[in-house]
Amino acid sequence: MEIMKAAAAGTLESSDCQVVVEKGEGEIEFHLESAVIHQYGNQIRKVVLETLQKLGVSDIRITVIDKGALDCTIRARVESAVYRSVAQTEGIPWGGIVQ
Amino acid sequence: MRDRKQRLRRTMLFLNAQKPGLLRDPYIYRPDSLILDLEDAVAENQKDAARFSLFHALRSIDYEGCERIVRINGLATPFWREDIRCAVAGGCDAIRLPKTEAAGDVKLIEQAISEAEREFGRPENSTLIMAAIESARGVVKALEICEASERLFGIALSAGDYTRDLHTHITGTGIELMGARQQMLIAARAAGVQCFDTVYTDLGNEEGLREDITTIHLMGFDGKSVINPRQIRPVHEIFTPSEKEIIFAEKVIQEIDDKRAKGIGVFTVDGKMIDVAFYDGAVQTIKLAKASGVYPVTERRAGNGA
Repeated sequence: MEIMKAAAAGTLESSDCQVVVEKGEGEIEFHLESAVIHQYGNQIRKVVLETLQKLGVSDIRITVIDKGALDCTIRARVESAVYRSVAQTEGIPWGGIVQ
Repeated sequence: MRDRKQRLRRTMLFLNAQKPGLLRDPYIYRPDSLILDLEDAVAENQKDAARFSLFHALRSIDYEGCERIVRINGLATPFWREDIRCAVAGGCDAIRLPKTEAAGDVKLIEQAISEAEREFGRPENSTLIMAAIESARGVVKALEICEASERLFGIALSAGDYTRDLHTHITGTGIELMGARQQMLIAARAAGVQCFDTVYTDLGNEEGLREDITTIHLMGFDGKSVINPRQIRPVHEIFTPSEKEIIFAEKVIQEIDDKRAKGIGVFTVDGKMIDVAFYDGAVQTIKLAKASGVYPVTERRAGNGA
């Protein structure tokens, strides 16, 4: 998938994360803010990159502000932001590249 | 499917599917069912994000036996078809249809559910349906709604929209809900499906809540929707048969079986007149006690160290 326009998903509430995606400059540029970055930074990064790989996104600037989100929440917010960037809300491939 | 349709559903806890903090561990409060809400709790511009959140919660979180029901958006919105695709792909146990007004509404989502089960490789008929009735028309059509689909396990009253439709409001006394409660319950029993009461919205009024639960329990409802975990315990307490009721039900079953063999139709148990008409009610009490984990009574006494 190709990022068509800047988009965001998620909130700054506890147990959530806010994800912002923008067009990249030919690669994945990842930024993370989290109170638990030293304990979970690598895990959050891994989940974000795996999710982008499944979606086939390789050209993106992505910013994640984590508020203690579970892995499943991080996946949901990344996918939501990416699909918002291409303005697709129906015919989502549940269980396909979204899993 | 019959067993799944008849499972214990004393409490159904509503949760906003867009709120990860609510989705992660609601099973700790031990409601019988969870209603993961894509409808009124989710703002219109967050419907898409709520689906992703719902899908991953269904796929990733172990709800430890709590039934997972997804409330989709109504048929008058552009959201309901994708809601069903998402919920079925995630593997939910049931879909709750809001604002149901006719059998055709249920048949429409039944067809969409069947299509989604095929698309996502889910077992055929694995997704049940419940219908929420929120209007005078829906109440009048309750029986045809109850009989619209083999997948339908029950109907639920939703009082907010219903009272507006009746040109009244929620009073806290239940007087404005009497007709709908009675009519829906009769329809559900006639069709052999379950019936659930609306939420109690006055969160600070525990006495009022207990009165409300007692009323609907005595009327014959199977359970109640709840909006706060602290409402779960009172519902379970009132819906769980007491030790005295269980022992009496056991006696009734035993005596009816004995007397029937001897050709006696009417007799007394603990000073109360009993005949065969009491049999099904006594069986139902034992069934509810078993499902609630308080049967047999002797085991409970032993477990409590009594």
